[in-house]
Amino acid sequence: MTAHSLKVTIERGPDTWDVFDVPAYESQTVLDVVSWVQQNADPTLSYRFACRVGMCGSCAMMVNGVPRWTCRTHMSKVLKDNAVTIGPLRNLPVVKDLVVDMDPFFDKWVGAEGVHHGTLTRDDPIAPVDETSEARVEANAGIECINCSVCYAACDTVAGNPDYLGPAALQRAWTLLNDAKDEGRVAILDAVSGSGGCHNCHSMGSCTTYCPNDLDPMSAIAGLKRETAKSFFRRGR
Amino acid sequence: MRAAGITSRVHPLWLAYILHRLSGLGLALFLPFHFWILSLALTNPARLDGFLALTDIGAVKLAEVGLVFLLAVHMFGGLRLMAMEWLPWTPPQKTLAAGATALSFLIATLFLMQAV
Repeated sequence: MTAHSLKVTIERGPDTWDVFDVPAYESQTVLDVVSWVQQNADPTLSYRFACRVGMCGSCAMMVNGVPRWTCRTHMSKVLKDNAVTIGPLRNLPVVKDLVVDMDPFFDKWVGAEGVHHGTLTRDDPIAPVDETSEARVEANAGIECINCSVCYAACDTVAGNPDYLGPAALQRAWTLLNDAKDEGRVAILDAVSGSGGCHNCHSMGSCTTYCPNDLDPMSAIAGLKRETAKSFFRRGR
Repeated sequence: MRAAGITSRVHPLWLAYILHRLSGLGLALFLPFHFWILSLALTNPARLDGFLALTDIGAVKLAEVGLVFLLAVHMFGGLRLMAMEWLPWTPPQKTLAAGATALSFLIATLFLMQAV
């Protein structure tokens, strides 16, 4: 194998994988490599992507055992001895090859009350939002989540407990709890303090370590732990 | 098996987690044995003296060092976890607090080393 070709191993099932020789280019991303294989070597390879610029959150895969957004991950960053191993995201059911079923991930998003709880109608004046308030700063820290499921794939607690809501859903619950426009405090605290809730988290920090947008779900979950505990000692208030 | 293992665990927070977990497990296994030996003071003092004589052996001394390490690592791991989850500090504040604790622990250990 020359230096101008890469040894790319792609997982195709629980115990099967294929190895491809892929030509190396400058500024090549992991998604470029997967696309090259699908277009030039094996058209049956299934994978998922959309925007290619790190906005849509659909191209996340395991790269050398680490969950990454493949469209924004350069090959130069992940190559080891001119080789790389690419697999489907961990902790989610595999549909085919590199495509996982994201349903459990999004179901838990709703399960953590990651929905808008409004009380106003279109006839009410727009509620002012103080951008400098402590709660708004807390909420702003977590709202740039692109739902890529990298944190969910990185989390060992998710792997050990299928009911655990996971870092992304809990972080969204935390941003809504701190959102002046959201009135779902009781519903959110109830949803995140159940058996699959925030108290499952062991603060291993893989979510925060691997979030491609540099968000901090671990600290958001710690915030939920504090709020649910306070609510418990105040008997629900 | 899969073509690649899970390598996403190699970072300080996860290693701190597993160290806390394993030290806790080690202490949990040791404690019943510890209490049983202590109970010999009431039930069979001669046998207790036999056990205490073992502490002169080098290997046992080394094991005691390991035990103190487990206790220290578990205590500081617990304090770290409580501070991280219960105190809404910013990361620089946490770093400063950890640094101050480490420094005071170092100074206290130096004093202890001079004393013995």
